[in-house]
Amino acid sequence: MFFLTMIIRNAFRHKMRTILTIVGVAIAVLAFGLLRTLVGLWYLGVESSSATRLVTRNSISLVFTLPISYKDRISRVRGIEAVSWGNWFGGVYIDPKNFFPNFAVEPKSYLELYPEFVLSPDQKAAFLLDRKGAVAGRKLAAKYGWKVGDQITLKGTIFPGQWDFILRSIYRGAQKSTDETQFFFHWDYLNETLKKTVPRRADQVGYYMIGVSRPDQAAEVAVSVDRLFRNSLAETLTETEKAFQLGFVSMTEAIMIAIKIVSYVVIVIIMAVAANTMAMTARERLGEYATMKTLGFGARHIAVLVFGESVIISAVGGGMGVLLTFPAAHWIKTALSQYFPIFSVSASTVCLEMLAALIVGVVAALFPTWRGATIGIADGLRRIG
Amino acid sequence: MESITVKPPIVQIRNLSKSYRRGSQDIPVLMDINFDIGEGDFIALMGPSGSGKSTLLNLLAGIDKADSGQIMIGGVDITSLSETELAGWRSANIGFIFQFYNLIPVLTAFENVELPLLLTRLSRKERREHVETALRLVNLADRMDHYPSQLSGGQQQRVAIARAIITDPVILVADEPTGDLDKVSAIEILNFIDRLNHEFGKTVIMVTHDPRAAEKARLIRHLDKGVLSSG
Ligand SMILES: Nc1ncnc2c1ncn2[C@@H]1O[C@H](COP(=O)(O)OP(=O)(O)OP(=O)(O)O)[C@@H](O)[C@H]1O
Ligand SMILES: [Mg+2]
Repeated sequence: MFFLTMIIRNAFRHKMRTILTIVGVAIAVLAFGLLRTLVGLWYLGVESSSATRLVTRNSISLVFTLPISYKDRISRVRGIEAVSWGNWFGGVYIDPKNFFPNFAVEPKSYLELYPEFVLSPDQKAAFLLDRKGAVAGRKLAAKYGWKVGDQITLKGTIFPGQWDFILRSIYRGAQKSTDETQFFFHWDYLNETLKKTVPRRADQVGYYMIGVSRPDQAAEVAVSVDRLFRNSLAETLTETEKAFQLGFVSMTEAIMIAIKIVSYVVIVIIMAVAANTMAMTARERLGEYATMKTLGFGARHIAVLVFGESVIISAVGGGMGVLLTFPAAHWIKTALSQYFPIFSVSASTVCLEMLAALIVGVVAALFPTWRGATIGIADGLRRIG
Repeated sequence: MESITVKPPIVQIRNLSKSYRRGSQDIPVLMDINFDIGEGDFIALMGPSGSGKSTLLNLLAGIDKADSGQIMIGGVDITSLSETELAGWRSANIGFIFQFYNLIPVLTAFENVELPLLLTRLSRKERREHVETALRLVNLADRMDHYPSQLSGGQQQRVAIARAIITDPVILVADEPTGDLDKVSAIEILNFIDRLNHEFGKTVIMVTHDPRAAEKARLIRHLDKGVLSSG
């Protein structure tokens, strides 16, 4: 009790210095938490992709297409339950900065293959019937204030022109991790328009989506599909959806790794700052430590004082950082919803944040403790006066 | 045969030497010191600056290590004690008074005096009683909750005196206890130390430059260039 009082009074001897350290730790922990959340969500997105879905694309690159005629041959491969296909449309809504993913898909098979997009039965029927119909995720629709029945015009980037759609349905995600910012419409609408405007680009598919009955069949099915088209004009590459997503964003993964590293660097920096502050503090108090040792106190007591002060300061900073993480995450979710449809802080991130703060406190106390514990009494006393 | 009835001295220093290394050079500070102090004595150690007074005081108070020689205090050779044993021995046997009071700034007068008692088995209540008695003895009962920064130099030194006697040690060591005080406060402090010697029988070893302070002592020893002389 006596020591706790002493530790707390010591911590607030230099109010400004302590407050700045606390704020520094809080900001570092906050940055650490947000960066970890970002990385975690990215991997969650990859992980939530299905293991029973395969994606077949042109083996050369994603920008090359496959003929629509492959559809029938693919669906005859053993183990395949469903085949759908689509094109990345890359349309822009009013302004290029309004980014959201939009695709042309074969609607019926697509919705069967992606049960996590939940449509109400009557809206689904209306969508399937309307060749110019489109579906948007709940978050996306909320963002632009779209209602079912609205006409939505996208400006094509890959497929030039103004494309008009009627919003027939708004889907919601079956799970919390389901992306609710997607937009998709009838592949036939795209294809038939192309037949009239740019015939050589018609009847081309960006990728096939394949459903297999069991995950363990995926590898075998992938090999069978690719074997079908070996030595043909457009060879295929079939991967699990997960691998496809990872490949699609392999550049992003490098960025994620960089972000991960930065999140640790932030902690290391604040560790150095806190250690320097504690060393400065302990240097000023060497005389006091020597006095206490004169009175019979030992290295153990000095260690309690230094560690206690350091850990309390970083725990307060860490606690503040954790508390700030939630409003900050909420703000990111609201302000940047097109990039981060979900941005929720996990319990493990909070634990990591507190752990990081604790490590900062302990590491910062190491050198000053050693100094205070080992200094000779006579040497320490000479520093007074 | 001389007086066999005399009690053995409480402090016996034999062939004590200490030098400091500065670079590759050995600088001798104390050279072959031999010196006894009787129980209840009041000794003033005088000498020019740098003569080794503080060093000698630190050695016999067990806060510094000698190079060679023996320091017997109350029958214990403290040069043979380990660091931890020495810490325990100090807290039980020595009271310290410093030139700059060495109070802990974040602790009140009361808490500063209580500090040495935290190493004992005394209960909170017993500690409180002891501390109040000690502070009353130095006329600071009304300043118990003041922090050192709220006290004058003389008052701070009185708190330090209360802290020095709180564990009831046999020996008080004081290194220039009046060195940082005005004349009036200095006299006051010297009177307290004198009282502790007279009334409470404490053995006092005091380093001082101040002839007025030395007058209070029963015995004056001079240290010059590491060599001790009497008178
Ligand atoms: N840690 C040390 N390292 C090197 N030299 C030291 C050390 N401590 C003391 N000395 C030297 O030992 C000598 C004696 O020092 P000491 O402090 O005992 O002198 P003093 O008699 O108390 O002087 P003053 O009256 O100024 O307090 C001095 O020359 C001092 O420079
Ligand atoms: Mg000195």
